[in-house]
Amino acid sequence: MSLDNANPVIFEATQARDVSPEELDDDVVDPFDCREIFDLIRLINDPEHPLTLEELNVVEGSKIQVNNDAESVSVEFTPTIPHCSMATLIGLSIRVKLLRSLPPRFKVDVFISPGTHVSEEAVNKQLADKERVAAALENSHLIDVVNQCLATRR
Amino acid sequence: MVIWTSMIWTNAIMCRLEELCKLEAHQDRAWYVAWSPSGKLLASCGGDKAIRIWGQEGDSWVCKSVLSDGHQRTVRRVAWSPCGNYLASSSFDATTTIWSRKGGEFENIATLEGHENEVKCVAWAPNGSLLATCSRDKSVWIWEVTEDEEFECASVLSAHSQDVKHVCWHPSKEILASCSYDDTIKLFKEEIDDWTCFNTLQSHSSTVWKICFDVSGSRLVSCSDDKTVKIWQEYLPGNQEGVVTTGNDSAWKCVCTLSGYHHRVIYDVDWNHLTGLIVTGDGGDAIHIFEEEEGSDKNQPSFNLKVVVNKAHTQDVNCVTWNPKIPDLLASCSDDGVIKLWKYHT
Repeated sequence: MSLDNANPVIFEATQARDVSPEELDDDVVDPFDCREIFDLIRLINDPEHPLTLEELNVVEGSKIQVNNDAESVSVEFTPTIPHCSMATLIGLSIRVKLLRSLPPRFKVDVFISPGTHVSEEAVNKQLADKERVAAALENSHLIDVVNQCLATRR
Repeated sequence: MVIWTSMIWTNAIMCRLEELCKLEAHQDRAWYVAWSPSGKLLASCGGDKAIRIWGQEGDSWVCKSVLSDGHQRTVRRVAWSPCGNYLASSSFDATTTIWSRKGGEFENIATLEGHENEVKCVAWAPNGSLLATCSRDKSVWIWEVTEDEEFECASVLSAHSQDVKHVCWHPSKEILASCSYDDTIKLFKEEIDDWTCFNTLQSHSSTVWKICFDVSGSRLVSCSDDKTVKIWQEYLPGNQEGVVTTGNDSAWKCVCTLSGYHHRVIYDVDWNHLTGLIVTGDGGDAIHIFEEEEGSDKNQPSFNLKVVVNKAHTQDVNCVTWNPKIPDLLASCSDDGVIKLWKYHT
């Protein structure tokens, strides 16, 4: 099978985050921040390349929004090329990772960065349809592929 | 324990929704709840592949039966037959199962196969002789129910261009309505020997999740991923308002849009056939109740918000449904796996 994007541009990964003493203190209220969300998704593996979504610049810390009062998280991701056939799978992997990691009270929205994909609207609509996401996650083949994207490689 | 969940003042009348009870119903998300025609039993289904039947014992609601061997995947929808003796369940496993209720027991008497993938909804016609199902495979199937409990496919309708989310029957005529991921609502009727789509209702800008007729069948309410609720009015051929119709078919026109109330996708809407109240459940964990303004013009009606309960559940509200016999009794269920019963006070 030929790759959609055979020679992607590779970006440098960020360093591990410094953990402050307050964050380790159970008596200090520690709301979710963008960097924590980014840490959850930056190591997701790309379905095609032995690289992470961060190394391909598919996810970026600046394209994550967290609202602790409204209990919502919004993530924009950028496919490496506008006709990437893996966009839905990448979006699904981000959504599944956040569904598995965040408290269920959080509303999670995953979008394609505006103007970066030819089927942006269709992919966004499918990712927002929780009934289709639920059915997809009961499909053993698909969940295997998603789990491979979410498996820690290093 | 009684919990006062929400109180708001509207037009100097205090309306509120009182939480009567909370049932830890499913181990995964609870997708749907359906009252039996007598209003005495409540069937629920969910992501744990089970169907549960709930009934009242003294002051509390208890689980009377668990039907866990009917489906291999999520049970998306349950529907009682108009006589109350049968229950139909549709599942992501592509099948619809028919259960016969004899005494307090439910027996699996038929499995309807044919859809290519997830069956999203099942609905019995008011006279009990027809059943409709719909699926992500974009088709709507109509099944004839024979006297010896056989189910035969009478028609396969491929009018929608996407995933069909919901089907419901007109309360008195043999008309079927469906709504879809293709943003439209379609109406079907039997013509000579086959079922055909005779009307397509377009106005929503995203997936239409649910539709419901009012008691007369001359109005329809719909809710959508576009965060609006719309009211549709039927106009018969030769109507006084001069709305153009085709042949013997009525025209349907969107006469009211309720926007600004819901902040996320609206999954369910139900029109109370006893009181005329409209209830919605949404992805923002809220339940809203609307009432038509007295003396409002049917061609451009006004609906007022009577109650909003913002944290009705801890997660998305997937279903809200009025009891068919007790006018102020409401059931809801959610992604949190919980069913709640509510009493509406005016």
